[in-house]
Amino acid sequence: MGRSRKKGPYVDAKLMKKIEAMNARNEKRVVKTWARDCTIVPEMVGHTIAVHDGRRHVPIYITEEMIGHKLGEFAPTRVFRGHGAHTERSTALK
Amino acid sequence: MARIAGVDLPRDKRIEIALTYVYGIGLSTSRKILAETGVNPDTRVRNLTEEEVSRLRDTIERNYKVEGDLQREVQMNIKRLIDLGTYRGLRHRRGLPVRGQRTRTNARTRKGPRKTVGVRRKK
Repeated sequence: MGRSRKKGPYVDAKLMKKIEAMNARNEKRVVKTWARDCTIVPEMVGHTIAVHDGRRHVPIYITEEMIGHKLGEFAPTRVFRGHGAHTERSTALK
Repeated sequence: MARIAGVDLPRDKRIEIALTYVYGIGLSTSRKILAETGVNPDTRVRNLTEEEVSRLRDTIERNYKVEGDLQREVQMNIKRLIDLGTYRGLRHRRGLPVRGQRTRTNARTRKGPRKTVGVRRKK
């Protein structure tokens, strides 16, 4: 079921505060966040947000097209390196 | 012979059903169109008058996105997800289910026929 229209999109309050502050001062800095469920709103366009994937913060450059999606959609949480065979590729863990 | 939206229409079926042969028209859309145009849903396709056919053709052309146009739109939407680098785009690219279904078993519609993979040892 979708979210109620009345509430508007879910935006992480803390993250929004940081973005607003940056917009007010016209600066661009990478912001780390754990709020993968936060909707991308127009205010974020042009910023780079580092979204947590469970291990590290993946830097995501926000474009206009991404509005309405969630931050987490751009930072995959799983790494699939294929089944079987202990090859260099499957065991290479950074 | 009734051609609507470039193709179709089996002659012996009721128009209500026949319209669903068009890509993008299902039963409920079909019923809506027929109500809009005032065509009896129970008439067989071969018994439709020329005038009824053209009325149907007209409404569909003006108010509905069907066949090629619709298919193109769907493809564009998928392409957008892929180009944007979203999780859903990734699932489309890999040919895996997009909406969070399990893949341990089933998911055969997306994955296609079973391909058995043996254990490949380190050489």
